[in-house]
Parts: sequence; structure tokens; C-alpha cells
Amino acid sequence: MSGNFKEKFSMWMAGDLDPMEHVIDAAEVHDIPRQERKKSMRAAEMRVLKTSKAQKVITAERQGFYKVYTVVAIISCLMLIGVLLFTVANLPRYGEENPMAVEVTSRYIEEGLQETGAINIVSGMILDYRAFDTLGESHVLFTALLCVLILLRKDRKTTEMAANGLYAIGTDEYRDISKDMIMRIVGAFLLPSIFMYGIYILLNGQNSPGGGFSGGAVIGAGLIIFASAYGFDKVDRFFTPGVFKTVIFSSLAFYSFAKGYVFFTGANGLDNHIPKGTPGAILSGGMILPLDIAVGMVVACTMYGFYSLFKRGNVGSD
Amino acid sequence: MDFITNFPLFTIVLSLFSGALCFMLSGNAAKKYTLRFQGVMIVLCAAVLFYTIRTGTSFTYVMGEFPAPWGNEIRAGSLEAMTALFFMVIMICSVSGGYRFVDMDLDESKVNLYYALLNLMTAALMSLIWTNDIFTGYVFLEILTLTSCGILIVREIGRTTLAAMRYMILNLVGSGLFLLGVVLLYDFTGHLLMVPMRKAISLLWAAPANRPTLILSTGILTIGLAIKSGLFPFHFWMPDTYGYATPTSGSVLSSLVSKAYIFLLIKIYYRVIGPEIFAQMPIGRILMVLGICGMIFGSLQAMSTNNCNRMIAYSSAAQIGYIYMGIGIGSTAGYLAAVFHIFAHSVTKSMLFLTTPRLAEVSGDSLKFKEMTGSGMRDRDAGAFFLVGSFSMIGIPIFAGFSSKIFFGLAAVGSSNIKLILVMLALAVSSMLNAIYFIRTSIRIYSMPEGRDQGEVRAHHRIGYNLPMFVLTAINLFLGLFSWVAADLIEHGLMMFG
Repeated sequence: MSGNFKEKFSMWMAGDLDPMEHVIDAAEVHDIPRQERKKSMRAAEMRVLKTSKAQKVITAERQGFYKVYTVVAIISCLMLIGVLLFTVANLPRYGEENPMAVEVTSRYIEEGLQETGAINIVSGMILDYRAFDTLGESHVLFTALLCVLILLRKDRKTTEMAANGLYAIGTDEYRDISKDMIMRIVGAFLLPSIFMYGIYILLNGQNSPGGGFSGGAVIGAGLIIFASAYGFDKVDRFFTPGVFKTVIFSSLAFYSFAKGYVFFTGANGLDNHIPKGTPGAILSGGMILPLDIAVGMVVACTMYGFYSLFKRGNVGSD
Repeated sequence: MDFITNFPLFTIVLSLFSGALCFMLSGNAAKKYTLRFQGVMIVLCAAVLFYTIRTGTSFTYVMGEFPAPWGNEIRAGSLEAMTALFFMVIMICSVSGGYRFVDMDLDESKVNLYYALLNLMTAALMSLIWTNDIFTGYVFLEILTLTSCGILIVREIGRTTLAAMRYMILNLVGSGLFLLGVVLLYDFTGHLLMVPMRKAISLLWAAPANRPTLILSTGILTIGLAIKSGLFPFHFWMPDTYGYATPTSGSVLSSLVSKAYIFLLIKIYYRVIGPEIFAQMPIGRILMVLGICGMIFGSLQAMSTNNCNRMIAYSSAAQIGYIYMGIGIGSTAGYLAAVFHIFAHSVTKSMLFLTTPRLAEVSGDSLKFKEMTGSGMRDRDAGAFFLVGSFSMIGIPIFAGFSSKIFFGLAAVGSSNIKLILVMLALAVSSMLNAIYFIRTSIRIYSMPEGRDQGEVRAHHRIGYNLPMFVLTAINLFLGLFSWVAADLIEHGLMMFG
């Protein structure tokens, strides 16, 4: 036994012994050596077959584990549900035990209009009272866009792989619905009103439900319908990668600096010289309108960008 | 009001702007810009630190025209400023020590996106450090989650994509639980700013009927952040995530991102729940037990892997366990030890993650121990820095790891007998296990490969090439030799933290 241990220990020291060897971890991807990378479609198919065979063996070996896993998962979900139900059932009655609970909301409702100049309290709340959170929220969208760009934008590697038939890049030809007559005619009727409606929601966020996020989503949806009805080449005439980048950059930069200016003046007790306007007019609510426009631009570009990236791996033409 | 009080705002807004700017720049320009910008950030954070030490108090900064319970607010004390400064130093070292590998691992058309993500991550880290509002914490937690998945997938080998998927799912579960906790606490208190929340919670805690629900809400929030930072039963994403990312990402993820979640958790315990009330909750004890389990199991798993980066990643799980153990002790000394270990571990782990790729580079791009035999002699600088990192991890005197173990011991001595025995045993066993696998690795990289000569020796004479490593070594030695300076600062910071 001791000799055995000594032997094993020296093997471990030398990096020869792999104690995890007999444990097949289904989640481990085994790297394929570079020289063995397959060049033809057939080889790729073989690789998939091989992997799925190995997967089957692993699954058979691990069936017991998966059974236990399912049971434990169900039990822990049920426990979480129980805990949450218990907590919700035992919450103190609203505003009774804790008089502080209504302090903030009542101020928003009662004085929101005077303080922010916005009839829509929600807009006043997210873009004025708690504008810092919304500043972060608009950058969440931008971050998601960056991640999708990293994953889906065509680069040298994916183009090479596509040339060898190992990777499918969507093209305009792929299930091209732009030759569809119904799409074109309905689009001609619908699109003007969709864009008008989107702009209306965007510009009227301080007075009625709406604002940057919802208005931008409508405009983005309009762009997507436009692209699928008339083809990407029509959109590419005005929506080049340069325009895409510039619009997103300028909207975000404007947002950051405008809000930075308001935070700076507010914290230092300076006058920020931004007129509140008459409530109800388009030009009212102080900074809310320009910020809504900036957010709307980012949302619209992000939505169309996602569609274009998924469809053809790029935002504008190559 | 002094002008310096505006600097925390500037750090956040400028890094958000830098993220958008790097999106426009070319890859190389984005890299140069990011490095210079991080230099500016270090100056800003250092100024705030000097200001808070000089005035001896923390200050709140209203974000907009509306004061505390109605509008957002950030707050800076010396602990926040110190953490922000430290995070920025680690960040600039990780970027400057790893950009060579970023250029190798990434497609060149996507390098600028990588730096854009890093700048957004900086903004999120800064906001989590400065915020005095729990919902702002959630918003920037989301940015941190997305950016950390983003800097993981940029390498685009199958393995990182898979690891990123797993990491993202677990992280979203964590975010969801955190959000549930925040919603429940908001329902209790009617506030989202930390100071009024604490007032309302101490009012509600007085009625015993509210206690179970308050404990459960805090518990849900804690589990969320524990999943995200990789506490014991939730640490299985760590080796894949840290082990295969490009070195800068591995270093940033392990030393900054997971620590930012823990910093937010400590902030919530101090500012929202209040340390006295938290001490009455059973959560601390559970965290301590889980932390100790993590210390032991993380080390055992680190011993049984054949890949150097995976070993270091598993050892991260063990070190996260140390930090949670410190929080679980519950006294000020415990928090001090936990915060000190956040610093000590960050500086050591980033160093290890930045040296192993250099050792792998001279070993045929392999991180397997067998191929790495003798790599310390082929790249002498990298070998030496790896040794510094391992010694600090083991806890050899004069290095930072030793001081943090002393602080954990001291914190345990001040608490109850059971905690004392548990902590001391855990420290002893875990240090021994740490020593076993780090000494094994050190011996491996310094032994002569069998049957062949030592191989080509790489010489790097330019000082700039190793500069980030020298900076990290200097901080490590400073934390080890002058630990009382750092400890005084942290204690002072914790006093004005609550």
C-alpha cells in the first residue's frame, strides 16, 4: 500500500496521474488538435456523429446521476416556491406597520408634476428622480449589443469556415421574403404609420405613456419590417455601418454628458438653466425629451442591429 | 463643497463614455486609449482617497436635483475610495500585462469591442463601489454580468463559448434571486436608498412577527450574490470560466468581478441590514460553514486537476471561502479580515493568471503540468513571478497571503469558542492543502524535463514588459510587510462605512 502510494504520489508530482481520468465530465469540451481540423463537410458530419456517440455512452453511464439530479432540482424549486410564498404571505400590511413606506411614492405622485414638469409620472421618475439608474439601463442595452456583435459579426475565421462549408452565414437569398407581393403591399400601407406612431410615442413620453424605450422599439420594429419587405439593400442606402456606429455613439455620449451635467449642477447646488416648459406641451419636462430621443435611437438601432446580425452577420453591407 | 467630491461621479460617467468611444475606435487605438484612461481613473480615485482620509468622514453626493429619499445618491468613504483605487490598479496591470495575448486570441476586427466591454465593466465596478442605493446596485450588477460574459466569449474557441453559457445561466439565476431580495426588502421598507432602508428595517425588526420574513429576504439576496461570486456549492463554473478565458479576462474576472459582488454584499449588511441586526440572523453562521467547506473542497479539487489554470481557478474557490468565513465571523475584526483578503487575493490571483500563459507559451501552448516541466527555466521572469504568487497563496511570511491569515486568526480569537476552533482548524487544513498543490507546481516548473534539454531560454530585457508584474509584486509585498497600514485604513473605512 505504501509503495503504491509513493508511486502514485511521484506520478502526481510529475503530472502523469490524472485523478479525474475515470470521471467523464459531460460538460467538458475536448479540444481537437489543430492539424486534425477537418476541411470538408463530410468530415464535419463525422465529427458530429462521433461526438453524439460519445455523448450517448456518457449519458448511459450517467443516467443514475441525471435521475438524482432531476429529483433534486424539482425539490429545490419546490422549496424556493414554498419560501417565496411564505415570505409574501407574511409581508406586513402596506403602510400600516411602517409609516415610512409611503413617503417616497406619495411625493412622486403629489409633487412630480411641479418638480419634473412631466405629466407622465413614470417618465419623470425614471428620467429625473432616478435618472442614474436609467443611465445604467440604457448602457445595459449597449452592452448586450456589443456581446451580440462579438458572437455574430462575420470575421476572418467565420468567413474561412463558411468557405469550407462548416459555418452558415445567412444571406439575402436565404428564405428571401422580400419577393413576396403581400409583404410589399402591406408594408407600403403599414410602414408610414408605424414610423409616425413610433416618433409620436418617442416625442410624447413626458405627456402620455411611452418614451424612449417603447418608441425606439416601435421604430426598430418598423426598420425590421422595412428590411424584410424590400430587402436589405434598400435599408443599406441610408443605414450604413458608419451611420449605425455614429448614431449609437452620439446618443450614448449625449446621454452620459447631459446627465453628468445635471448631476454635477444638482449636487453642487448650481442652476442648470434647463427650462421646465409648460406641462402638456411637446417642449416640456426639461431634459426628458432629449434624453428620450437619445434612448429611442439606441433602442431602435439595437433592435435592427440584432435582426441584421442574425440574418446576415453584419449590420450594413460588407 | 470641495471639487474633489465630484470625482466619484466623473469616474462613472467618463468610463461609460469611454465604452461608447472605444466602439468607434480601431482596436489598437482603443487599447492605447483604455490604458491612458485607466491612468486618469487611478488619479481620480487616489484624490478621493486622500480627501476622505484628510477630512476623516465620508460624504454623500446627490445624483441630480433631488436629495436622499427621492433621488439617487452615491457615497464615498475611505474604504470605498481605497477599493476603487485598488481595483483600478489591478485593472491597469491586467490590461497592460495581457494585451499581447488579447491581440493573439481575438479576431482583430473585434479588439475594440473587447476594450469597450472593459470600460463598461469599469463603470459597473465603480458604480457598485460608490452606490448608496440598492437598485442602482442591481442595474450595474446587470452590466457587470453581461460584460463578464462578453469578455469571456471573445476568445471564440468552443470551450469559452460553453463556459460563457454556463456562467451566464448561473449569473442570471444569481441576478434574479438578488432582484427578488431587493423587491421584498423594498416592499418592507418602501425605500431603495440604503440609509432610509436601514431605519425602516430596524423599526420592523422590533416586531418579532416580521423577523422570519426579513431573514428570508436577506437570505435570498445573499444566495444570489453567493452564486455570482462562487461560494462553495456554487463554484463549479469557476474552472471553465477562469481557466480558458484570455489572460486579461481571467485575471479581471477572478480578482475584480467576484470581489465586487462580495463588496456589495458587505455594503448591504453594513448599510441596509445593519451589523447588529445581521449578527442576530442565522445567515452569518451558514455563510461561515459554507466558506469553510469551500476552503477545503476547492483545495481538494485543485489538487486533482492536471491543468495549471484550472488548478488556480479551483484555488479561487477556496479563497472566496476564506472571505465568506471572515464575513461569517460577524465581528468588525472578521469584516476587516474579509476585506483585507479581498485585496490580498486580488493582487495574487491576477499575478498568477497573467504569468501562466507566459509559462505555457514556452511549453508548446500547453497548460498541462507534464508539458510545463522546466518552463520556469525557459522564461525566468515569468517563473519568478509565479513563485511570488504561489508563496503568497500558501501564506509564507512577508507576502500578503500570510497577513490575511493572521487577520483571520485574530478575528477568530475575539469570537466564541466554537468559531475559534472551526476557523483555526479550517485555516490549518486549508493552508496545508494550498501548500501541497502550489509547491508541486513550483517544483514542476523548475525541474529539468526528462530525456531532453531544458529548451530555448527566453530573455526579456525590456523593463516595460514586466512592469505590471513588478507593480503587483510591490503591492503584494506592501500588504505583507506593512499590513498594519492597510489594516488601519480598512478599520477606519469600516467605521465610516455603516
